[in-house]
Amino acid sequence: MAKGIKNEIAIIGMGCTKFGELWDKSEDDLIVDAFLEAVTDAGIDREDIDAAWFGSCFDEVNVGKSGLALSKALKLPFLPVTRVENFCASGTEAFRGACYAVASGACDIALALGAEKLKDTGYGGLPDFGNLLGLGNRATFANMTAPGGFAMMATTYFDKYGLSAEEGKRALAHVSSKSHHNGTLSPKAHLRKEVSIEQIVKAPIIAWPLGLFDCCGVSDGAACAIVCRADMAKQFRKDPIYVKSLQIALTSGEELAHQSWDGAHVETTYRGGIKAYEEAGITNPREEISMMEVHDCFSITEFVTYEDLQISPRGKAIEDVESGFFDLDGKVPCQTDGGLKCFGHPIGASGLRMIYEVYKQLQGKADQRQIENPKLGLTHNLGGFPSMSVVSVGIFGNEL
Amino acid sequence: MIGITSYGAYIPWYRMNRELIFDQMGWFNPATAGAARGEKAVANYDEDTITMAVSAAIDCLTGRSRDSIDALYLASTSLPFAERQNAVIVSEALDCVSGIRTADFSGSLKSGTTALLSGLDMAKDGGSVMVCAGENRVGKPGSSQEHTFGDGAASLLVGNEGVIAEFKGAYSVSHDFIDYRRTTQERFSHGWEERWIRDEGYSKIIKEAALGLIRKYDLKMSDFAKVIIACPVAAAVKGLVKDLGAEPEQIQDSLLANVGDTGTAMPLMMLVAALENAKPGDKILVLSYGNGSDALFFEVTDEIEKVQKDRKGIGGHLAERSDLTIYGKYLVFRNLIPLEVGIRGEEISPTAMSVLHREGRGISALVGSRCKVCGTPQYPKQRICVNPECKAVDEMEDYSFSDKIGTLTSYTGDNLSFSWDPPQIYGLIDFEEGGRLFLDLTDCSLDSVKVGMPVLMSFRKKYSDPQRGYYGYFWKAVPVKQ
Repeated sequence: MAKGIKNEIAIIGMGCTKFGELWDKSEDDLIVDAFLEAVTDAGIDREDIDAAWFGSCFDEVNVGKSGLALSKALKLPFLPVTRVENFCASGTEAFRGACYAVASGACDIALALGAEKLKDTGYGGLPDFGNLLGLGNRATFANMTAPGGFAMMATTYFDKYGLSAEEGKRALAHVSSKSHHNGTLSPKAHLRKEVSIEQIVKAPIIAWPLGLFDCCGVSDGAACAIVCRADMAKQFRKDPIYVKSLQIALTSGEELAHQSWDGAHVETTYRGGIKAYEEAGITNPREEISMMEVHDCFSITEFVTYEDLQISPRGKAIEDVESGFFDLDGKVPCQTDGGLKCFGHPIGASGLRMIYEVYKQLQGKADQRQIENPKLGLTHNLGGFPSMSVVSVGIFGNEL
Repeated sequence: MIGITSYGAYIPWYRMNRELIFDQMGWFNPATAGAARGEKAVANYDEDTITMAVSAAIDCLTGRSRDSIDALYLASTSLPFAERQNAVIVSEALDCVSGIRTADFSGSLKSGTTALLSGLDMAKDGGSVMVCAGENRVGKPGSSQEHTFGDGAASLLVGNEGVIAEFKGAYSVSHDFIDYRRTTQERFSHGWEERWIRDEGYSKIIKEAALGLIRKYDLKMSDFAKVIIACPVAAAVKGLVKDLGAEPEQIQDSLLANVGDTGTAMPLMMLVAALENAKPGDKILVLSYGNGSDALFFEVTDEIEKVQKDRKGIGGHLAERSDLTIYGKYLVFRNLIPLEVGIRGEEISPTAMSVLHREGRGISALVGSRCKVCGTPQYPKQRICVNPECKAVDEMEDYSFSDKIGTLTSYTGDNLSFSWDPPQIYGLIDFEEGGRLFLDLTDCSLDSVKVGMPVLMSFRKKYSDPQRGYYGYFWKAVPVKQ
């Protein structure tokens, strides 16, 4: 195996806007706000940047195609700007582009920025998929939305592990309830309200068995990272954060068309996790990972991710969830900023928002949410559906 | 010997009690009280004449090869497309070979029997013809047609091998009798007074055809075990029975009380019902109606029992039903009221006809591929085998999923997705013989759906694009009725 980029790259500055239904903010506003916070945090000038990567997903209701939205908004001086799109992993994909450019030696300092304006569709939920999965798929694929695509995983998980609908929904409610609590401690989060298990279980059904509070916020927002070679990082700040691994895994198509997939887990998360742990040199993730920001587009997604990332044993996530293992004061706090659930999910920005929270936690700057002495933080994005997904896993540390 | 070689039928799952219609609309037209008896079959929101004809034809083809069909005719006065042949959509859904003659028969309620006669003409030259008739007519709210019109389809295979009912002869009459009419610009028919239609139309024209046939072939009414009078007015039938000298027990049940007036399909559906209970040697007289009348005469053969045992037919479909208890749903299913579909519902992506053409049987007939190396069925057709243990390249053969039984391994009822009948139910189907597919489910309710339940494939309307004049068809999963 190639040696990977462990300890090659440092994050020296980050920015993140408030997420939410930002009716009065344009894409340009979000891009500029996230960028200004990041360059100020890094203490660099615009001219120090060698190249930029820009992540956005639904360009139709968002920034349009190409990297122009970023280069124009930031008045970047004729720099190479690449727009990337890989569903919900778009933000991490942009970050990966910046990291790989620096790791290759092509750049010293690179910018990754993700932005999304989802609230200009005129309705709740993500934009209708229509032809977005391909012209042929449109004619044949089930009339599926994101909540429905993930809800099926809950149906199958409950069936596989013998949970009644009530037991299953209650276990999932713990996941959302925990994130709602963390969201109240997160000033930039979209949703900042405690929600009880009872409220979650009794909420209107969006896609059976998932109710309203099993679904994440659909938001506008942007987040930004500035990376450089690890050996340069201390020139800019005393507490840079180092990239320990950065992996992306896409389905081979077998989950969709071959009966070997059980429908109760996400194979790409499992595979992406294995590769990320290998790159980072982690052998016991349950013990070594200090905290996680995982892709909780829906409560069931976070739930199976615990197992797919090998934090909880298969079929046993319910025990960890109910014992508070993933709570803010638990062994591996998860979604310390509220996660997609409450911080919100402007798709192209989400991966970078997760890194932003890990960055702040590892620097000890997470204020009310600060966990005790974290060493390694993990981020995880999952785009598409459980049956055909794009997954990114990143691991970050505050020591070389 | 030429004649009918197989039969099949389809009646949609939903039935609406006519008292429900009267409860809602009787205030406006109290005269419909007389029609407000029994129930009518109502096509689901994703069904039309084409899909029902496909379902009837699948029933008809139980245990038979589709390769030997030389022609497919579709008769209806409620065809979805005025331009783009409807019959060819049926033949492609059935995956009939391309060297086939297809034609739509329309314009008159007797076009079902006319299509059958045309099929029999071709059978004389050695051909095998699939004749389908379906109807999905909509009566205006408040009209008596709203009560009487029902939805359904029938399918008859005609030819000269394995004849179950020999075609003995026919007699047709044609009259420009303007009882009902509708221009190509209109959705609903205009009619003249019903009493006039009863006395001058049904009573005289059907009689003329019946007597013409009896005289032509030197028969007596008492020769027939069953007489099919495809007439939606009971009083006219009663008069005809008397006029023709028939006995009431000879008269085949009209299905008006439990299905409704299925127009073009009515004589064929009644014929299927008669064949289901026929004995070798029975003679059957079929009388249709519509700008004239066709009279057809069949004699049942010893082969009938082979077909009777494994068709769902009329009897089987009548037994599978669900009450449609919300009149508003009926109005929505038939697009009779403006509905707030929301911005998501308004967003309809254009269909790329070139993609449909290229995918061909993959979409129309649910044909995927099977790996010749490892035997794994897969959909859609793949170049590289999806089996992670195989991954053979370009070793695929065509493989049909439309006739395979699947198991529902996952499902949801989605309230976010736009559906004419929310929640949109869909799930992951694992086929018993291998392969899997995410499909929409239909003809079921969310509370009846369970992981592990068996499902069958059904050809349905997947979406409508009224702005661009297009209906997209594909296959859905229907839970096997217990």
